[in-house]
Amino acid sequence: MIQATPVQVMDGADVRRAIRRIAHEISERHHGAENLVLIGIHTRGVPIAEGIARAISEFEDTHVPVGELDVGFYRDDLDHRPTTRLGRTLLPIDVTDETVVLVDDVLYTGRTIRAALDAISDLGRPAAVELAVLIDRGHRQLPIRADYVGKNLPTSLQERVTVRVEAMDREQGVWIERPQM
Amino acid sequence: MIAIHNARVLTPDGPIDTDLTVREGAVNSLSAGQAETHLDARGALVGPGFVDLHCHLREPGFEWKEDIRSGSKAAAAGGYTALVAMPNTNPAIDSGHLARFVADRGRAAGLVEVAPAGAITMGRTGTSLAHLDELFEAGVRIFTDDGVGVADAGLLRHAMEYLAERGGVVAQHAEDAGLARGGHMHEGVVSSRLGIRGLPSLAEEVMVARDLALVAHTGVRYHVMHVSSRGSIELVAGAKGAGLTVTAEVTPHHLSFDHSRVETMEPGFKMYPPLRTETDVTALGKALLNGTIDAVATDHAPHAPHECEVPFEEAPRGVIGLETAAAAVNTAIEPAPMTLFEKMSVTPALIAGLSGQGRWIEEGSPANLVIFDPDASWVPQGFVSKSQNSPFRGVKLRGKVMATIFCGRITYQALQ
Amino acid sequence: MKHLLSIADLDRAAIEGLLDLADHFTEVLERDIPKVPALRGMTVATLFFETSTRTRLSFEKAAKALSADVLNFNPSGSSLSKGESLKDTVLTVQAMGTDLMVVRHGAVGAPARVASWVDCPVINGGDGAHQHPTQALLDALTLRRRFGKLDGLRVAIVGDIRNSRVARSNIDAFTALGAAVTLVAPPTLLPLEIGSYPVSTSTELESILGDLDVIYLLRVQLERGSGPVLPSLPEYVARYGLDRRRFGLLGKEAVVMHPGPMNRGIEIASDVADDPRALITDQVSNGVATRMAVMFRLLTGKGQP
Repeated sequence: MIQATPVQVMDGADVRRAIRRIAHEISERHHGAENLVLIGIHTRGVPIAEGIARAISEFEDTHVPVGELDVGFYRDDLDHRPTTRLGRTLLPIDVTDETVVLVDDVLYTGRTIRAALDAISDLGRPAAVELAVLIDRGHRQLPIRADYVGKNLPTSLQERVTVRVEAMDREQGVWIERPQM
Repeated sequence: MIAIHNARVLTPDGPIDTDLTVREGAVNSLSAGQAETHLDARGALVGPGFVDLHCHLREPGFEWKEDIRSGSKAAAAGGYTALVAMPNTNPAIDSGHLARFVADRGRAAGLVEVAPAGAITMGRTGTSLAHLDELFEAGVRIFTDDGVGVADAGLLRHAMEYLAERGGVVAQHAEDAGLARGGHMHEGVVSSRLGIRGLPSLAEEVMVARDLALVAHTGVRYHVMHVSSRGSIELVAGAKGAGLTVTAEVTPHHLSFDHSRVETMEPGFKMYPPLRTETDVTALGKALLNGTIDAVATDHAPHAPHECEVPFEEAPRGVIGLETAAAAVNTAIEPAPMTLFEKMSVTPALIAGLSGQGRWIEEGSPANLVIFDPDASWVPQGFVSKSQNSPFRGVKLRGKVMATIFCGRITYQALQ
Repeated sequence: MKHLLSIADLDRAAIEGLLDLADHFTEVLERDIPKVPALRGMTVATLFFETSTRTRLSFEKAAKALSADVLNFNPSGSSLSKGESLKDTVLTVQAMGTDLMVVRHGAVGAPARVASWVDCPVINGGDGAHQHPTQALLDALTLRRRFGKLDGLRVAIVGDIRNSRVARSNIDAFTALGAAVTLVAPPTLLPLEIGSYPVSTSTELESILGDLDVIYLLRVQLERGSGPVLPSLPEYVARYGLDRRRFGLLGKEAVVMHPGPMNRGIEIASDVADDPRALITDQVSNGVATRMAVMFRLLTGKGQP
């Protein structure tokens, strides 16, 4: 029998610090926060994007718009995986000529991001698209890389990474489940 | 010579556990004897071969569905040693030579006694009488336009008066065309929910009621085919109570299924009369057991597979039944052995006037026999008939024909 | 869920799941590029053995908005009239590489038969007087958007209910979602065994107008040949037609629906049909999103029950 014992690798405070650091990196790279729009990928990318926007507004005099994107209709594995609950797609502004920063909780194979890029290109023509993730766990199957990473977390394929955020769950943090025989 | 061992033999005095020998087409003795062939009945019932008052052999004219030979094979597999073949062939059996043709083909196949029924009207068109005398001379005793009812009461009266005098039986397919028009299944809760035009019990009852008045007037022997509703049962009971010479039959499928089966939309559940309500099904079983309904008749109606692979409303009416009849009746109403054979062999033989059939077994009785194990379980999957349109496919049944003997020869065998 | 053949096969949760999915597709249809690649590379075949342009176009639009390819089988002038059986026709279409079939047929149960012969999912696009499931779903979606929910909603369905597959599907869908349904028709056009239906009935239209949230008008089916059971057309219009005066008897928030195509001046007055409280065009646009939801549900997530 496989028993999974989750090991916490980031607590709530760690997550907050990572989000704040990412917010600083974004505004540093773009010399401020003009013409930026953060788009969170459902489900937990959305509250993380909102967290980044809130952090930016604390030290820049800008309110960065935040959107939501569901990539359920763009996935390449619709045949095999059960259709999880769909979230809505809601863009606060037209993304054409803006710099879009996609935000997700975990970067893994890269397929979700590929789907998000397809979705974005159907929704407009941004000037540039960047990627911010809380966790990069490796094992990319496509040539996708994140511009901003909260924490690099090398994992094995059997492990499972769980992210929880205060805005949605009762707690906040990152856990790895390591299966044991 | 055939010896049957370990049999429960149905004699005029009831079931007796004994052996039996058959010789030169007759029952030689109720004991073991010298024989070339030995059958071990293992306690199964041995009784008179079943007699079907109502089956469609489709020859001449519809041989892709069935013919007299394949129908005879199916009959033998179902334990039948005699069949009354319905006249709705092409051409219809409305003249003597056509009746002789059917009987000859039956003899040539040599597996079962085929007694042709004759039409009441020429071509079964309901406009003028068929050659009733010719048919009678050719041996026909049961007259019916089966497939349709005789609508013209004046014409039916003449036929009844004629046949009352000669001694034939008028058998009616009771279906009032106006009330039945456009209907595909029983008019009730299920047809309403499915949006299928229904065929009410009234269509049958109205014609039976009318006919019984004519029977009272003419005194003819009258037989109601495939009774399906409580209303019809009551009419028949009333007529018998009034002393009219009325008999009635019911099919195994009407004893087994109600209209909820149609929700599967499979044409295997489409027939006339349609399957009706649970209450009707229960009433039919009771009526058979208490004698209001006299006999079981299969209304074996083969339709080729490609004809049945269509939407329900477009499917032809009718299902096969020879091979599953006894098992179905046994499963549905669990009759005592003598009762089962009374309803499936003895009484049908009397109604059809077949003197060599339906006789309880004793020394000298004709060797038209069936070995039937009432406890064997089986599930019908494929059928000997050319057609496969059976509502019993995949249905677990209790009771199985183990062997059939016709004129002293084994025509079917499932025993080791 | 392998096929969608009848609303009676769906429970409340399944219906609501499809409506939720349809909401997502409404958002997709409002984009500049109203298309997603979810069914790219798949082929949807429409087999309409009964003529209908609007429903078939709606299914076609839905399939294309999901990036599927569409094959339209048109029975007139086809081999079917040369005697090819229904079974052979659908097997031929399947052999060309079909991932989903939408079947409309005049015989009850035909889509179910097709489903037993082919490997792919089948959507019932309307079978005889039996069911028209996607119509009921889009109608339910329309009401949910207008009123928030259907629980307690007072709905009247008016017209030839006995012969209407739209009515049968709607009765199933609306009652499953908690609405109170009343059927209004002359006695010969109400379903038989009406006591077995979870509805009320009335043979008089005017008496109930004031207590309705929704009046759903069925098309008078002149082409189905109701024969002697239908009173004369002027008589029908006089008793059951929704004219301006009767429209005025409805509550201020009550809405009018119709599955289309409308016989203006018969079951519905022309100016009533154009009133903002008549939701007919909403029904049509909701139809595409609804059909997208059904196709998406049937063709993806095979792991899903």
